[in-house]
Amino acid sequence: MEEAAIYARAGWFQATARQRIAGLLDPDSFTEFLGPSERIQSPHLHLFDLPSAFDDGVIIGRGKLNGKDVLVAAQEGQFMGGTFAEVSGAKMVGLVRAARDHKNLPQTILLLLDSGGVRLQEANAGELVVAELMRAIVQARSAGVAVIALIGGKAGAFGGAGLTAATCSRVAVSEQGRIAVTGPEVIETNKGVEEFDSKNKALVWSTDGGKNRRLIGGADAFAEDSMEGFRAVAIALIAKVPAFDLKTMLAEQERLAARQEKLGACDDAVSMWRVLGIKDPEAIRDMDSKDFAALAKSIKEANHDAR
Amino acid sequence: MLTLKFSRVAKRRLAGKHATAIIGVVASGNLEVLLERVLPGADCQIEIATPITGYDETWKAVIDEFVERFSPGGLRISINDGGARPDTVFLRLMQGCALMEKV
Repeated sequence: MEEAAIYARAGWFQATARQRIAGLLDPDSFTEFLGPSERIQSPHLHLFDLPSAFDDGVIIGRGKLNGKDVLVAAQEGQFMGGTFAEVSGAKMVGLVRAARDHKNLPQTILLLLDSGGVRLQEANAGELVVAELMRAIVQARSAGVAVIALIGGKAGAFGGAGLTAATCSRVAVSEQGRIAVTGPEVIETNKGVEEFDSKNKALVWSTDGGKNRRLIGGADAFAEDSMEGFRAVAIALIAKVPAFDLKTMLAEQERLAARQEKLGACDDAVSMWRVLGIKDPEAIRDMDSKDFAALAKSIKEANHDAR
Repeated sequence: MLTLKFSRVAKRRLAGKHATAIIGVVASGNLEVLLERVLPGADCQIEIATPITGYDETWKAVIDEFVERFSPGGLRISINDGGARPDTVFLRLMQGCALMEKV
């Protein structure tokens, strides 16, 4: 227990996927499916003379969160950028489909996303699996399963991970977490440095980072960058998950249209924060997690029952 | 991809009851080590998959030192290497043994 107390304060950003699962769930409650001893590895990476991982960078299983049974999938952002590939993706899709089809399994899924998107060496399989995962999440939600994305890893949630997050029932993010589809370097390469300077870290984080995502309604909770920070928001989020039906879909469309209208003319994050009614938007960047989480709760656009 | 295999007989079986443990991540300068208590007696097998060639003697030296000092009898150890330095390899092997021995 002494050990657990030490790790509770450990950072989420720097941790491995296995450390995050251990820090998030109740102590010793996790059971892994298709663990590393089964060696369900990528059949492709060796063709590129690249090393494989025994779990292909995704860990799936079940455990308890504050006494409640949950399913968990965690991407290892340090292995190949946490990428979606044939095996890593199939493990996530299989987990979500299992929850959709078997009511005796936990009906809450935590997705610890940490991914740059599709693995280029397995791009066709990766693109397919992202589509399958989004479809499986929507079907699972329709069947009453709650799917919660937790985002605060080094790779962020880009490409397919950004798309996946957008299909979830609820999204939690930390300041270090980033959510987007097209990554900063890709925008710069395609549209030029004037459009988006990927080396400007302040610009990247103020645009894609957790604080902006929370304020404009892309994330429903703001977590402190620690095991107990994500644990606290996950516990709070699973207690109240919106239903998924036509009404939710229409509300989400309406919300996004209103956001486009209100913020569409802004050319950076600070100007959006000003439009949202924040008196001193420049102060947001240096605000600590607790103050920021409280501020975000007071912004109308950041709190909604859509998704 | 280079595969290196070492078979050793340790001084004794590694203590503890854990059947498997995994430590580390396949990332640049890092490695993952999977330990499985599946071998009889004090036998120990170590298999390494690495994209970096030309360091066979360095791996052998690290493995010999590790087996001598930690006596990992009964373990099959599998490594996926991401180009880790010898000190990192040794650290991960030590961490792996500590997990297997944990009560």
